[in-house]
Amino acid sequence: MHAAQIGRSVPRREAHAKLTGRAPYVHNLVLPGMLYGKIARSSRAHARIRGIDTSAARAVPGVFRVLTAADVLKVIPDPHYGPAFHDQPILAIDKVRHAGEPLALVLASDPHVAEAAARAIEVDYEDLPAVYDEVEAMDSPAIVHEVLRPAGTFPDLKHLAGKRDTNVALDFHLRRGDTAQAFAGAAHVFEHTFRTQQVLHVPLEPFVSVAEPGDERLTLHTASQSPSFVRIEIARLLGWPENRVRVQVPFLGGGFGAKLYIKLEALVAAAALIVRRPVKVALTMEEQFYTLTKHAATLRIKSGIDGEGRIIARECEVWWNGGAYADIGPRVTQKSGFTAPGPYDIEHVSIDSYALYTNLPPAGALRGFGIPQLVWAYESHADMVARALGIDPLEFRRKNILREGRPQATGTLMRDAALEPVLERLAQRMRWDEPFERGSGTVKRGRGMAIGFKASISPTTSVAIVNVSADGSCHLLCSTVDMGQGSDTAMAQIAAEVLGMAAERITVVHPDTDVTPYDMATLGSRSTYHMGNAVKRAAEDARDKLLALAAELGLAPETTPLPELFRRRYGMQAGNVIGMGSFVPSYAPTDHATGQSSNVTPFWMVGAAGVEVEVDTETGAVKVTRLINVADLGKALNPAIVDTQLSGAAIMQLGFTLYEQMQFRDGQVTNPSLADYKIPGMLDLPAVIENEAVAADEHGGPFGAKGVGETGTFGVSPAIANAIEDAVGVRLTRLPLTAEAVYRALRQQRGEPLEDA
Amino acid sequence: MSAETRTIAFTLNGEPVSAQVAAHENVVELLQRLGLNGARESCGQGLCGCCTVLIDGLAVSGCLYFAALLDGTAVETIEREPPEGGLDEVQQAFAECGAFQCGFCTPGFVLMSRQLLDRQPDPSEDDIRHYLSGNLCRCATYPEVIRAVKLAAQKRKGRS
Repeated sequence: MHAAQIGRSVPRREAHAKLTGRAPYVHNLVLPGMLYGKIARSSRAHARIRGIDTSAARAVPGVFRVLTAADVLKVIPDPHYGPAFHDQPILAIDKVRHAGEPLALVLASDPHVAEAAARAIEVDYEDLPAVYDEVEAMDSPAIVHEVLRPAGTFPDLKHLAGKRDTNVALDFHLRRGDTAQAFAGAAHVFEHTFRTQQVLHVPLEPFVSVAEPGDERLTLHTASQSPSFVRIEIARLLGWPENRVRVQVPFLGGGFGAKLYIKLEALVAAAALIVRRPVKVALTMEEQFYTLTKHAATLRIKSGIDGEGRIIARECEVWWNGGAYADIGPRVTQKSGFTAPGPYDIEHVSIDSYALYTNLPPAGALRGFGIPQLVWAYESHADMVARALGIDPLEFRRKNILREGRPQATGTLMRDAALEPVLERLAQRMRWDEPFERGSGTVKRGRGMAIGFKASISPTTSVAIVNVSADGSCHLLCSTVDMGQGSDTAMAQIAAEVLGMAAERITVVHPDTDVTPYDMATLGSRSTYHMGNAVKRAAEDARDKLLALAAELGLAPETTPLPELFRRRYGMQAGNVIGMGSFVPSYAPTDHATGQSSNVTPFWMVGAAGVEVEVDTETGAVKVTRLINVADLGKALNPAIVDTQLSGAAIMQLGFTLYEQMQFRDGQVTNPSLADYKIPGMLDLPAVIENEAVAADEHGGPFGAKGVGETGTFGVSPAIANAIEDAVGVRLTRLPLTAEAVYRALRQQRGEPLEDA
Repeated sequence: MSAETRTIAFTLNGEPVSAQVAAHENVVELLQRLGLNGARESCGQGLCGCCTVLIDGLAVSGCLYFAALLDGTAVETIEREPPEGGLDEVQQAFAECGAFQCGFCTPGFVLMSRQLLDRQPDPSEDDIRHYLSGNLCRCATYPEVIRAVKLAAQKRKGRS
């Protein structure tokens, strides 16, 4: 017998491949006869295209072909894609909607030739009025899309409507109780507005896809988190059956929500079908800034508090800056929108959440799917209210926290959401009830906390296959993409636990849609729960078949080694036993008018952050000296990987909190490189980072587990803002919390404000 | 681009090689052509460390280094196996500490950590942070890397 596989820090299955530089990435893929494509991009934020002159580009020696939308239309008559709306053209048609939008593709055997030629493409533009701000987009005369066409792909977005002449892609509304009456009767009413900035994922392997045409077939090698979606969407664009499109995904050099749905796949597919050669498009770091970003948001939050410090009413308005193409923004708006009031027990709630088109690069999912923006608002607000009322911030949260069994704003009852234990463990780790060293001289110390929660995505499907070979070794086939989160290892552990073997004996087959079955996508921390359940069922199916085989042969399953079972059945080392499992959780859609649902999520993720900071009052510089992450992730399948997920997410969010910010001038990104857009490095690390998973069990999860990939992001930003106020008494309501922003606030506080730059 | 190429000769992971290189070709492109994918161009500005290779024992950014300049040098990449085969102490320590996630930046971290330990067998945590500050990991596996470098230092001491 083998020791338990669950709860064991099994070393990552891919350690050797990654540590020797041999792990496969699409980044390194070269196919015989392959052409490299370089994209010519729009220099305007919003403009009609009068003409594209490719003659100079075509004249560059070595250029194989230059493609524009006119060429794409010959192989794909309606070349618009997108998970929520079919709004994004493969190459711009008639107009451009953001600076950096792809206009043409230059193909050459030498990528440097293609790059030089792409720069030689001349475009005649007629500028159109542009809109960049999400709140202005609500009633701007500048309209990004004249007509909206819903995709109708996902059940949770079936209600999207086709509209004309609006920038509102989706408006989500939730009404619970009577907020107007409750505000009228409240002892105190507070209202604050918060802003978050546009940032991006920066996977170190930039977006890359290769298309390989075959006989009536097309194979895509792509750095994608959603191989099944890519196959279905490319088949739809081509009007082909799914089985003529093959999507293969090796390891990803980071994803974080960027590499979802269609990014470069439709472009390389069209190009490869036009030229009948393999085509690779690999973006540069700069080009990532034009491809997908995280939603900037404006969040207004208003609370009515009774005489006891209880929140009795809350009104939330959120405007999400989706950029020029909706991508999955409508789901961010809706699914994250319904948690906008925070993890608090509030009787009267209203939420209005709007997905807006603007003339900025598109925004989509980024590790937390809108939750970090919301937590930024409601947990900053929590401290501001508590301070104004003279209540300790921890006490204020304790008074109001949403307890097990109580209804969340949607009406769904909280289940297996350890909000209270997470808050209490954080308080204990921070020694919140003990005196705190406040610093001296020009360096002041402060501390802050924040807690957030997230619903999982629903309803989505995962399918898995377990294939036991005649020597007793085992393959696991699933389309979950290991982009660093350790899913290969976690899935192997789940199958191994059921089959009674060591996880190390299981080979996880990477996504190949010819072989691995359907999975909705690797996103939203859904894989451990959804694919984990499918894998568990597939392994149980295989185990049951092995037991049946043993019974049929009259052998005792406990004492018969697996190879013996196969030899007796087939007369030699031959055959397979194949188990299949699929999983789709139950779900009740939110009511369109009230946002109410009896079953809005299969599980809740809970994450809290506590920080200690030093603020230099002479420079405004903020140094996080201690960062504590506490989370409810159910049962930890692999404690070491869980730890890495928590701190990794929190450090990423630290960058989004303290300095990361895309800067724009007239819709142009002015800092699209790692020289001007700083991401966290070793020297930005807090001196102390602690992670804790509270003891918990998720009833519907495989062996009690649920997702954790995003949890570490939730509380970081407001915890730091709260700590800054604790240290120096200034409150920042706009991210990022740069030294300049803090210094300006300090000058303002002293009555010596700096002039605007 | 330009048709101008020249022939260079150098040693790659201990083996002599010669190659025709174009004037604009960088080290990462040449290594990829030679079938070695461990050094990867990411930021393209020498800021992230993903393209790290050792040239005559010194870590450089392969994305900023002209391949033609390799003539007569000794180049070492992550693909070089230790004489005894398998993984060296640094790689072992990275595996044991789970000091990678997506793995894209990992070869650069391993090479820089080796160089650090060659120069400073017993680095403090501060030394590690400073020495590796030019290597970026977007998965932010930094705490694990720091632990791995400390563990590798111990392993090396145990060997000698």
